[in-house]
Amino acid sequence: MAEYVKLYDGSKCTGCRGCQLACKQWNQLPARQTQNTGTYQNPPALQPATWMLMHFQEVSNGNGVKWFFRNEACMHCTDAACVKVCPSGALHYTAFGTVGLDREKCIGCKECIFACPFEVPKYDPATDKVAKCDMCQSRVENSMIPACVKACPTGALLFGEKEKILAVAAARAKEVGGDATVYGDKFVGGTHFVYVLPEKVSLYAKLPEKPRVPLTVIAWKDWLKPLSLLAAGGVLLGSFLHYIIHGPKSPDESGDSSAQ
Amino acid sequence: MTNHWIDIQFSDCILAMGSNPASNHPISFKYIQKAMEKGATLVNVDPRFTQTSSRAHLYAPLRSGTDIAFLGGMIKYILDNNLYNEKYVKFYSNAPFLVNPAFRLPGENDGVFSGLNGTKYDKSTWSFQKGADGVILKDPTLQDPNCVFQLLRKQYDRYTPELVSKITGTPVDKLLQVYKTYAATGQKGKAGTILYAMGWTQHTVGVQNIRAMSIIQTLLANMGVAGGGVNALRGESNVQGSTDYALLFHILPGYLRAPLASLPSLKDYIEKSTPATTEPKSLNWWKNYSKYITSLLRAFYGMNATPEEAYDLLPRLEDGKNYSWLSLFDAMYKGEFTGFFSWGQNPACSGASSNKTRQAMAKLDWMVNVNIFDSETGSFWKGPGMDPAKIKTEVFMLPCSASIEKEGSITNSGRWMQWRYKAVNSPGEATPDGELISELFLKVRDLYEKEGGPLKEAVTKLTWDYGPKDAFGRVTHLDVHAIAKEINGYFLEDKEINGVLYKKGSLVPSFALLQDDGSTSSGNWLYCNSYTEKGNMAARRSRKDTTPIGIYPEWAWSWPVNRRIIYNGASVDPETGQPWDTEHPVILWDGAKWTGDVPDGVAAPGAGRPPFIMKPDGVASIFGPGLADGPFPEHYEPLECPIDKNLLSPQFINPTIRRFDVGGTELDLRATCDPRFPFVCSTYRVSEHWQTGLMTRWCSWLAEMQPSMFVEMSEELAKLKGIGNGDAVTVRSVRGEVDAVAIVTARFKPFDINGQTIHQVGIPWHYGWVTTAMRKYSHDDKKPEVFTFGDSANLLTPFIGDPNTMIPESKAFMVNVDRKGVK
Repeated sequence: MAEYVKLYDGSKCTGCRGCQLACKQWNQLPARQTQNTGTYQNPPALQPATWMLMHFQEVSNGNGVKWFFRNEACMHCTDAACVKVCPSGALHYTAFGTVGLDREKCIGCKECIFACPFEVPKYDPATDKVAKCDMCQSRVENSMIPACVKACPTGALLFGEKEKILAVAAARAKEVGGDATVYGDKFVGGTHFVYVLPEKVSLYAKLPEKPRVPLTVIAWKDWLKPLSLLAAGGVLLGSFLHYIIHGPKSPDESGDSSAQ
Repeated sequence: MTNHWIDIQFSDCILAMGSNPASNHPISFKYIQKAMEKGATLVNVDPRFTQTSSRAHLYAPLRSGTDIAFLGGMIKYILDNNLYNEKYVKFYSNAPFLVNPAFRLPGENDGVFSGLNGTKYDKSTWSFQKGADGVILKDPTLQDPNCVFQLLRKQYDRYTPELVSKITGTPVDKLLQVYKTYAATGQKGKAGTILYAMGWTQHTVGVQNIRAMSIIQTLLANMGVAGGGVNALRGESNVQGSTDYALLFHILPGYLRAPLASLPSLKDYIEKSTPATTEPKSLNWWKNYSKYITSLLRAFYGMNATPEEAYDLLPRLEDGKNYSWLSLFDAMYKGEFTGFFSWGQNPACSGASSNKTRQAMAKLDWMVNVNIFDSETGSFWKGPGMDPAKIKTEVFMLPCSASIEKEGSITNSGRWMQWRYKAVNSPGEATPDGELISELFLKVRDLYEKEGGPLKEAVTKLTWDYGPKDAFGRVTHLDVHAIAKEINGYFLEDKEINGVLYKKGSLVPSFALLQDDGSTSSGNWLYCNSYTEKGNMAARRSRKDTTPIGIYPEWAWSWPVNRRIIYNGASVDPETGQPWDTEHPVILWDGAKWTGDVPDGVAAPGAGRPPFIMKPDGVASIFGPGLADGPFPEHYEPLECPIDKNLLSPQFINPTIRRFDVGGTELDLRATCDPRFPFVCSTYRVSEHWQTGLMTRWCSWLAEMQPSMFVEMSEELAKLKGIGNGDAVTVRSVRGEVDAVAIVTARFKPFDINGQTIHQVGIPWHYGWVTTAMRKYSHDDKKPEVFTFGDSANLLTPFIGDPNTMIPESKAFMVNVDRKGVK
């Protein structure tokens, strides 16, 4: 099956947040009590019940002010750290190349939270499971575009076959000119959610310039795990390593704290 | 809108001023984006850098309430640099008309037009010179000093960029950039569009703001063309429909005038309402007035009364008396009436000066609140500062169906009547508004028939054939198709017109066939052609389009007669009939007839018929003597402003406004140029909430995104007042106060107004106490899943309106802001 990619074009986005609402509606994610902290951005970060979030960011200089918007959601890496570390197989690659999450299989170990270079998966203590955008797998499998893309009025969100979307992204970045760039196609094997950013990547808050799979994940999954499986007591070693790297799993960790 | 949403994509320059389409009309941005992808320029003028500004090629700030100064400067720029379409102006506007030599402009008459007498103008000098034959005298060379064109030049010669900049606070270079960019649409083949909303209307000079832009659009030949027009982005999906159907007090459906006490008979009414023209080639469409009122009276009373008798039954307005919102709530506050239907609205938050509005409701004996949720209005008696024990008002709540729970039509900003089907059943006892109105009518009629009463027949003789009836003749289930058909209108007898026989009982194909002899009915002549023997036009969903400009003539239906761009007769050269823009023709002459959009009043090329057929003289009114406050727009300061004089003239504020604060009640307060309230304030919306938030605050997903009243202010002002981003603050005007969260932002900048630093702040108006956490909830009160914070912005706004429309001045008034607890 063809690989699919979703594009967010920051040069066409008006920050109307139709996408954020559509995501909640399709996935039936409950709202939480929020407060205004001096920005339109709310909730403040991705949460177990907020899989897509519009960022609002002002940058001012001598030439006036700019107002950036950015759609944050799972980037659906080709080389996905979360899939690598997931011990239960809950996180997996779909036939479309995106990263699916089988909530039934999730054991709440939070390995993915520590592994994800974009800080996307969020742990929900109420269910002892993690949650994240699955690129509307339920829609895509039924030949519908993701809910956020459907809701977007300006064409800032697009969804389609990988080659086509990447070509659109590259052409658009060129058309916008200046510091405009495509973000997502050059790391972690290429993401299945890519951006056209009209400004320099470094100007965007909380957006890693060079995201990569953490070395600890590579060390464990690609080198030590195969070794440990060869040896008896591999599981014990795994637990030990988890303890050394992350500390004990605490049952009362808030699902939101890692997002602040 | 003179044009429609899809049409925006054909614009070469889009001016968003008095509007914020990115936030408040998100779907419009689909077409703005398309236009930009084809090379159009987006210009945004706003006191605050908004989501729209973030996408604009050019952003210019201006102080709230100074749009006429800004636009007057643009008119001067266009004239000084000869950027207007001379032929268009000469043939299609009243620019060549000679004005009464006794007429005086504000620049030579202490800031007012000739004829001011107290707060009203004697308009006798606002007239045209006429020849012995009664025809208006004209100077086709546009050189006569008394011609409209030269008066226009003289009026705006005072609006120099330097002076405009001192008033608006817009830097001169930004002003000139906007002027240059927009005025370039005066070139042949180019189109500029204005997208405006409440940022222009909610001022004491609201109508004149739009007049100023209409003059610019006429000078630049942008009326009637694809990608042009004057486009009001309506604030509700069906607000266009509500005005078409006479939601306002001064009109009947189809913009017919409400009858006055001084017009006792139908004949008097028709004589007074039908305009005459002496222009030999003008079509003067309103000459058909008698056909539309007669057909409307037939729709109301059928054959139960003659049209003359039916007119006698209509309620009358007292001459000169204003029955608009502010006047009604002022009267309510003074105890002048005792009962009130609050239907699909939330006056406790939506009306200007909410403290007065809320107190006014306490003077009522009863109120019926028809809505889908509880609101600050329905529960006003237990709101902040109210003592339920002392309030006598009895409130009845009638739960009604939401839009998706019933079938019917809406008319959008682009004048499209679109049919909608019912999607889901209403919860509980909620009932469609139409059913409620029908029930109410039948009960009132029963009471009149049983007990009699004044003007009994006005009610008992009404026809009510809107569905199946029971044995007593009462409609048991409202059939919305029957209503839609009555709106279109029927032939009430066999009628032969131009050799064609129309059978009794058949639907009238078009308003051109409506009659004034009582043989036709039509509930709204503008909608005649919407539901014909061919079916329900509004329900059409064909995507067929043979035009290059997205007309889609078989998608729904547009008034009038399915015309998508009105005034389109002006899109062609008057002599050759060639479109100004050959790439995007709206209508094309094929040698025998016009093709493309439904042509608007235009005759064969070169026939000389002026195309603005709804104006008696057939041309666009650059000189517009119809308004209360002047034939040209003139800058006046808002009722409340930060400076002590009008830099353009000795006349400080609009002299014709009805001042409630002079000799008014103890709640009608004004604080202008008052050190206690030093900051300009404007109200606006966010994407996530709608109107007073009555519907959206209860939707937890929306409340989660925008949970709170906030006030946006510049970093400079925040520093001055010791306010940090996210701090709890209180915003105060002389009329009230409201708590908010401070959003300290570089998107607001202080203005330099004539050398003075003037700060402006802005607040959304979507909040209300009913959905807050801190209020008292009794056991049967619905609690929101996500609480919101803060009360209505209208607690602050002034009780003052535009002299023509009485729309309140919610977009420019004076406040102070402090950290909460600091006074």
